[in-house]
Amino acid sequence: MKATRYMLQATGFVPPAVSRVACDALLVAAALLVGLAGARFAAAAEPDDAVLKAEAERVAAVAKVTPTVVCIFAKEGQGGGSGVLVSSEGYALTNFHVTREAGTAMKCGLSDGKLYDAVIVGVDPTGDLAMIQLLGRDDFPAAELGDSDQMHAGDWCFTAGNPFLLATDFHPSIAWGIVSGTHRYQYPDGTLLEYADCLQVDAAINPGNSGGPLFNARGQLIGINGRGSFEKRGRVNVGVGYAISGNQLRNFIGWLKSGRVVDHATLGATVSTGEDGRVTVSDILENSDAYRRGLRIDDEIMRFAGRDIRSANSLKNILGIFPKGWRVPITFRRDGKVFETMVRLRGVHPEGQLAELMEEPQMPRIVPKPKDGEPKPEGEPKKEAPGDKPKKEGPKIDPQPGGPQLPEEIARLFHAAKPLPPEVKKRYEARHGYANYYYNKLNRDRVWKADLARGDFSSLTGPWIFSGDLAAGGNFSAKLTDKEVSMALPLGDTKLEITENIGEVLNPPGSGGLLAALHLWRKFQIGGPSRFGEVQYLGTMPLEGHERWVDVLYGISGGVECQFMFDSSDGTLLALEMYPQTDSDPCEVYFGDYRESDGHFLPYRFEVRYGDNAFNLFTVTKYDLQKGTAK
Amino acid sequence: MIATNRRIVPTSARHSDRERGSLAVSRVAIAIAVAIAAIGSAGPASADTSGNSSFARTVAQVQPKIVKIFGSGGMRSLADYQSGFLISSDGFVLTAWSHVLDSDDVTVILDDGRKFTGKLVGADPRLELAVLKIEAGDLPFFDLSKPVPAAEGTRVLAFSNLFGVATGEEPASVLHGTIAAVTTLDARRGAYETPYQGPIYALDAMTNNPGAAGGALTDLQGNLLGVLGKELRNARNNVWLNFAIPTAELSSSIEAIRNGKNPANTKEGRPKKIDNPLTLDRLGLVLIPNVLDRTPPFVDDVRTGSPAASAGIHTDDLILLVDSQVVQSCAAVQKELAQLEADAEVRLTLMRGNDLLEVQVKPGPQGQ
Repeated sequence: MKATRYMLQATGFVPPAVSRVACDALLVAAALLVGLAGARFAAAAEPDDAVLKAEAERVAAVAKVTPTVVCIFAKEGQGGGSGVLVSSEGYALTNFHVTREAGTAMKCGLSDGKLYDAVIVGVDPTGDLAMIQLLGRDDFPAAELGDSDQMHAGDWCFTAGNPFLLATDFHPSIAWGIVSGTHRYQYPDGTLLEYADCLQVDAAINPGNSGGPLFNARGQLIGINGRGSFEKRGRVNVGVGYAISGNQLRNFIGWLKSGRVVDHATLGATVSTGEDGRVTVSDILENSDAYRRGLRIDDEIMRFAGRDIRSANSLKNILGIFPKGWRVPITFRRDGKVFETMVRLRGVHPEGQLAELMEEPQMPRIVPKPKDGEPKPEGEPKKEAPGDKPKKEGPKIDPQPGGPQLPEEIARLFHAAKPLPPEVKKRYEARHGYANYYYNKLNRDRVWKADLARGDFSSLTGPWIFSGDLAAGGNFSAKLTDKEVSMALPLGDTKLEITENIGEVLNPPGSGGLLAALHLWRKFQIGGPSRFGEVQYLGTMPLEGHERWVDVLYGISGGVECQFMFDSSDGTLLALEMYPQTDSDPCEVYFGDYRESDGHFLPYRFEVRYGDNAFNLFTVTKYDLQKGTAK
Repeated sequence: MIATNRRIVPTSARHSDRERGSLAVSRVAIAIAVAIAAIGSAGPASADTSGNSSFARTVAQVQPKIVKIFGSGGMRSLADYQSGFLISSDGFVLTAWSHVLDSDDVTVILDDGRKFTGKLVGADPRLELAVLKIEAGDLPFFDLSKPVPAAEGTRVLAFSNLFGVATGEEPASVLHGTIAAVTTLDARRGAYETPYQGPIYALDAMTNNPGAAGGALTDLQGNLLGVLGKELRNARNNVWLNFAIPTAELSSSIEAIRNGKNPANTKEGRPKKIDNPLTLDRLGLVLIPNVLDRTPPFVDDVRTGSPAASAGIHTDDLILLVDSQVVQSCAAVQKELAQLEADAEVRLTLMRGNDLLEVQVKPGPQGQ
């Protein structure tokens, strides 16, 4: 029988006696005692020190994380799930399949016994992640993020959450277990709810644990629990649960804070594992960045994002933890020659499709719950080649109606607060394509404010004139105005008239459109996002060659798309990418050597790259930024 | 006494009572386990497994001996995958005897992702275990000839490809638990659908999931303790049993199969030519219509007054062995009979319900 897998937000029957026992701390302690094979103690003596030490370590790890665990209750008492706080401002992670049922506002209980209002921030339907914000405090306890790649099969771990919605005092239930497998892949339902590169554990994950944290033995967050393999024993833990890996969380946390419906990545190529174990490209989209970077059919993919590729599944696994738009290193081989390059990842979904999926009233879900104790009806899955991943049926999510009953005092709160609670209302703005546009604006403005703090250019609307040396030899000078950008280079003069579509002329030749990029730079610095055109905040991501992650703003202006990357700690503009067309290589400008004059920080180094080539390195020796003349 | 897993049963009062009963048993088991762990302390461990330290070293050492097996199935409640482990350096594999092996194309995938076709060497229907052979050498393996004792309270690791989670070079899954009881299944005859009635380790972890049968149970040092059994549900109380058959119970039988001896082995070499061979008709047996590649040899009819009837064969019996040969299909039964003289007495091993039977069939004089 093909194993079926299910999402685990709480719903369905609650067998109190059994589940209480399963979460009973006494049992944990007993199991621990059983566990110490090396322990020796005489009949009436104290337990071995090793036993006490091990017990104390577990107690400490549980105590450390307990305040960070969130019990999530959906509106109208329709079930709920779990979550974990990741920042003192109250940002918490959970499963998308928990928030989907909960909607915009939810009630969240913490171990302090208090119930907090929470609002949706951002969602990742493909990876089954969501971010919410708990409101009402600025000193929420936050979990420490661990490195899930350091987890091995056999390592201890524990789940924390609210299985079967047992916790009426919001104190989480704890279940210890071991990591059963790492880098597991669990098939999506269509294109949503894919668990790639996930952790498999035998610590109990039950309905209601969905969205809750998985910790290592030291109490560091290494995953978000959300799925299990269930079959004929009913919809309860049978020792096989799955958690979204901590490293996927790390990649998506900053992305989710953008308030968007974020997408996952694909390479734009399909691969297959040959009989000889080589992973080769079987098809590739010609408008993909992978194709532009030179990847072709039959090329052997050796490494991807820093990991060795030994099967088509392993590539699928690694791709699954990245957001759309990130750049990752790839190593491939053709005719014995090895190529290394960076590739930009495409989205899993075509532009706008995710938002449409989000707005469909019925997400793929709902399977009639079999009567308890009866086997579930099964389809007849297709026969697969041995050793290939059997195509699983998609994850099934039980319907909410008839789910567990909330404690009456909590249910009453929901009925009392049918319109959005005022705190939530202040922090919610609906907009197509966003989970909560409020957070996009919030971050866009935060980034702009940090940029502004490094120089207010709003009055410098006259010509921007600067000049200096080129690394390739010779000098340059540039003049930027609202109407025209011109540059004198050793090869000759070049210019760009500012029109409706500045992406039509990519001057100077070979730069991919440096003049257009410089125009956008000046325009943004003078007017900020509000006068630039359409600007949205994408989130945070790593920038090659830069230690810290960057905040990314995406804008459309003058008929072209562009991305501005800012150092997330001090707001410095580090890079600008100008895309003349959606599927073209951008002109990349990397800003460096910032120096201050007249209260303005200005870059004295521009490194320009286009496609596979470095165009030139500009070293500025003189700036003259002029004020505008009164009209 | 058998400890139960913590299956959640329907919430009717009747079942709740029952569940409380079995939970009480679990607690007793744990209490016993605590006591035993306290008394019988382990010798020097090859891996540090005290306290909260990880089992990762032991796991890494065991994983290369575990194999993933893919064969027939994939329909309704029948998985087309199961687990196994290497028992010799030259490629003998111990696994569960199940429908998954009813295929000419059984794929055995090693921990490093190498794929082999597994050839059935033989099976022991009583243990429900089979031995496969793959053409590979220099492999890490468990030595069945050196059983390691275990008792209630022994902490264990269970390695298997349950739910078929792992494919290719992905390692099998590992679960942790404790031997909750050392007991026998025969006390439960009728309650469990299995021909095995010998000693078992009952486990407190949910090890016996789809595809887990044939997996390895080890101690925390990675020594083999037993082989994970098939999924078994107590027909009386619906409780699922998680168990393993201890190594000592199976080593002699499996070694014999490996060496091409009893209790069952598939024949090597060319078939003999018999001028006047034994036939089904001669025995008075009718098997079900041979419609599949490997139609299981169920008895469709027994002619009244025939040798088969005298031997006590019933309709719906499944023929497992003809003398000591494993027969997985109607065709195989006919082939084996064809190796015998028309008047030869033949021993048939049958499965009737959950019971294994052995009958001697004496063909009558010709022409009857």
